[in-house]
Amino acid sequence: MAYDTNFTGQKFKVVGTRPLRPDGLDKVTGRARYGADVSAPGQLVGRVLRSPHAHAKIVKIDTSKAEKLPGVKAVITSADLPDLTNGDAGMYDILVNCMARGKALYDGHAVAAVAAVDAATARKALKLINVEYKVLPHVTDVDEAVKPGAPVLHSKMFTDGVEPKPTKASNVAKRTEFGHGDVEQGFKEADVIVERSFKTEQTHQGYIEPHACLANLGSDGQGEMWVCTQGHFVYRNTCATLLGLDAAKLRVTASEIGGGFGGKTHVWAEPLALALSRKANRPVKLVMTRDEVFKASGPTSSTSIDVKIGATKDGRITAATATLRYQGGPFLGMWAELGAMTSYACYDLKNVKTVGYEVVVNRPKVAAYRAPSAPMAAFAVESVVDELAHKIGMDAVAFRIKNAAKEGTKSSYGPTYGPIGIGPTLEAAKNHPHMKAPLKKNQGRGMACGFWFNFGGQTSTSLNVTPDGSVNVSVGTIDVGGSRASMALIAAEELGVPYENVRCVVADTSSLGHNDMSDGSRVTFSSGMNTVIAARNAKKVLIQRAAKMWDIPEDAVTWEDGHAKPAGANAGNFPPLSLKEIAAAAANTGGPIAGHNEFVADGAGVSFATHICDVELDPETGATKIIRYTVIQDAGKAIHPSYVEGQYQGGAAQGIGWALNEEYVYGKDGRLQNAGYLDYRIPVCSDLPMIDTVILEIPNPNHPYGVRGVGETSIVPPLAAIANAVSNAAGVRMTHIPMSPPRILKALDDQAKAKAKAA
Amino acid sequence: MRYEAPSSTKAAVTLLTKEKGKSAILAGGTDLLVRLKGGFVEPDLIVDIKRIPAMREIKKTASGFQVGAAVSGNELGASVVKKAWPGVVEAANLIGSKQVQGRCTMVGNLCNASPAADSVPALVAAGAHAVIVGPKKKRTVPVEKIATGPGRTSLAKGEIVESLLLPKRPARAGDAYLRFIPRSEMDIAVVSAGVSLVLDAKGVVKEARVALGAVAPTVLLVAPAAKAIIGSKLDDAALDKLAAACSAACSPIDDKRGTIEFRTKVAGVLAKRAAKIAYQRAGGK
Repeated sequence: MAYDTNFTGQKFKVVGTRPLRPDGLDKVTGRARYGADVSAPGQLVGRVLRSPHAHAKIVKIDTSKAEKLPGVKAVITSADLPDLTNGDAGMYDILVNCMARGKALYDGHAVAAVAAVDAATARKALKLINVEYKVLPHVTDVDEAVKPGAPVLHSKMFTDGVEPKPTKASNVAKRTEFGHGDVEQGFKEADVIVERSFKTEQTHQGYIEPHACLANLGSDGQGEMWVCTQGHFVYRNTCATLLGLDAAKLRVTASEIGGGFGGKTHVWAEPLALALSRKANRPVKLVMTRDEVFKASGPTSSTSIDVKIGATKDGRITAATATLRYQGGPFLGMWAELGAMTSYACYDLKNVKTVGYEVVVNRPKVAAYRAPSAPMAAFAVESVVDELAHKIGMDAVAFRIKNAAKEGTKSSYGPTYGPIGIGPTLEAAKNHPHMKAPLKKNQGRGMACGFWFNFGGQTSTSLNVTPDGSVNVSVGTIDVGGSRASMALIAAEELGVPYENVRCVVADTSSLGHNDMSDGSRVTFSSGMNTVIAARNAKKVLIQRAAKMWDIPEDAVTWEDGHAKPAGANAGNFPPLSLKEIAAAAANTGGPIAGHNEFVADGAGVSFATHICDVELDPETGATKIIRYTVIQDAGKAIHPSYVEGQYQGGAAQGIGWALNEEYVYGKDGRLQNAGYLDYRIPVCSDLPMIDTVILEIPNPNHPYGVRGVGETSIVPPLAAIANAVSNAAGVRMTHIPMSPPRILKALDDQAKAKAKAA
Repeated sequence: MRYEAPSSTKAAVTLLTKEKGKSAILAGGTDLLVRLKGGFVEPDLIVDIKRIPAMREIKKTASGFQVGAAVSGNELGASVVKKAWPGVVEAANLIGSKQVQGRCTMVGNLCNASPAADSVPALVAAGAHAVIVGPKKKRTVPVEKIATGPGRTSLAKGEIVESLLLPKRPARAGDAYLRFIPRSEMDIAVVSAGVSLVLDAKGVVKEARVALGAVAPTVLLVAPAAKAIIGSKLDDAALDKLAAACSAACSPIDDKRGTIEFRTKVAGVLAKRAAKIAYQRAGGK
């Protein structure tokens, strides 16, 4: 069906208001059903045996004792998951990650799994599985992994993207390059050049709900799975491929989700639960422990980044380069590539070059984490931008405004920008009272910018008008940030009915066409646009039905305020028909009234943010406290502003944790030392100030309402903004994230020693 | 696994003595249940001491206070002990969250034998004693004699700590406990310090005890640190000597929570700050 998705400047009645969330009561009363909340008759408990070694050859697995234990119904190893990936290298990596094949690649890598009648029996069974390992040398640090002589993870990994292709295997999986102009020439034109190296440690998304599923697969190849996921269609497709099923025969229903942030875009133990269920011929519930979530789901990369930027005395950047090394765990990722693309996206640069190296190490397979790879690149670049501004004696905001990208700028990663929000967020920051508030002793202020692409993707949506005139919207995108409320607002807006009359649900994989997962800040953009189109399609049907009821031509009927009305005096003198009245008559006018749409949502608008942060430092202990924080971000159009503010605050909160304390700590033995929330230090409520938000609305021309994604950009500036604030408070440039108290105290001590030496 | 909830200390001791396998004592359970769930311990017998009346009491005695082994953090916080020993009570109240405070106990904290236990440096600084009941006799030992290393205690088979004794406070006395954590709450001490002082009429430190946590395999009682401030009015020079003595006593490790360098330095910083609070509480100016 033909439709127009361009922004029209339409005036809104309900879009932009803040009604109560539809999932609120369920969530505050505990009625909401998460991954582990559903059970089936006769279900078994699934548990996974994991490698205690960072890198080891699996010589032999003997499961015979476990199989003989009463109550054990199935034991599986990689032999139960034959390779059906048909040359798809990415899919093969997923298979290998689900269950080690011949070699364990990290502490926590699955090597076998059991299904038993209860948890105690399953635990006992795991202890009866005898795995003979030959421990191999390991490497967990991204810089160590690229050094000559480092233990090589894969004997057939020859760096991609390098000419000529290397003949010696290494841990560098791929090289990518972006940019334009002549950076050598650009640096010659610079009056001041700042060059620095940075490091960031690995962090986890830290979602509260662990991965959980209930799998039920019969020997007839038909099955169902209830699972906590960010993309049930993607889980269905992946599991069907790995287990050799027809996708249509595996129905996947998504649970409520207790956080994902990118970590639930991959399958982890779900294929194992299905394989166990198939072997045992019983439903299998598999819930990962917190320890397993840390060790064997998908945290983000640790990185090492070199940045060099030159500028003239009057504050114009002449050249900028970055070399970015991101580890992806033991597999090829696209993490350094995303870092290389986003590094300089905020700026209008004549000469720019970024190079990314994908590095493999003995850590868990990296997954997306909210604007994946961009926060680390922004940390490195925005730190140098700040330092450069200081060096030429220019205000850090003014320096950024002078160099900011604008409509028509050719971005450092290729495309030319349309209307964008970096300039307006910087202007808003410059004029925000936070920027002028006085600071006390040992306090410092920092600011930084951030960018994220945003995404559209495949989307299928159905809108059904019920016989009583209420409205159902069925989407295939998981609600990770309030999208059910936003979809209901959009449907209500289009149809002219109250928000309360619309219920939006996330439908299972058998009810809609394929939907890509909830990632790339795409849901309100793509499912939202699809809901607009589906509602407009339903409106056409409603008009047809009214025409039929009045016995006049369709083009003599218009839709206004939730009612069909005659288009003019010529059409006839009929009182308006409400949606409710038309719905009630549907059985006699042609049957159920619905609107649908399936498409690839193109034109996701890029997103920019500027953050301001004040921090107080205890110079005797290196302790920091964030005392004020402001997020300014372009939303295009905020459908439900409270949720938009929530996204801004959530990204900032996660960024604060990442910047100050969160990190994976590996021992010399290659084992993770802090696989739990006690020692993996996510901020608690009292660690955070109220995070202020400013929503800017610069419409995305490619969305009927102007919507841009808002979920991810908010985590891009915090590492840099906080690093700039701490560096300003401490009087020493902090180059290693997290800026934990021991690192800050050491930097202060080193600086004091250097000063004493100089004196 | 067997669960028993005896109603007397004697019965508890008998159960523990007779058990041939591994046994564990359950007070608040805020350490034990976590370790059970994590699969780190699999005891054959669990003896719950919360039904033993004597273990649930706080008694004011002629020589001070007696705090039962199953008294929770919240109960302690609401008790008369707080006025006499604010540092000890504050330390105990730092353990875990509000919910944990409803369950956790100082004796559990002591017998868990973690060098980072929050209440222990404050108890050591306070000169607290533990009353131990065993199959043959009852004995009383200074609390610093309980832990012998991380997770290890000097308690013999069948022995159980029934209560803690805190001495009566003279006039012009004060104590304080400070810990360093990277967050504002819900964390484990990276390094900590407890200080207890008694002043003379002129505000000069007459008696002092200084204890440090998380800087050695057990909580340390640092005599040279006490010596550094006895006879002073906590002037800067005395405080610097105190910090130096504390740092010199440290033999910490590098681990996921902190570095040797950090702990050594911050031990001195915290001792100084705790000493100042204790001094103020003792009425010093």
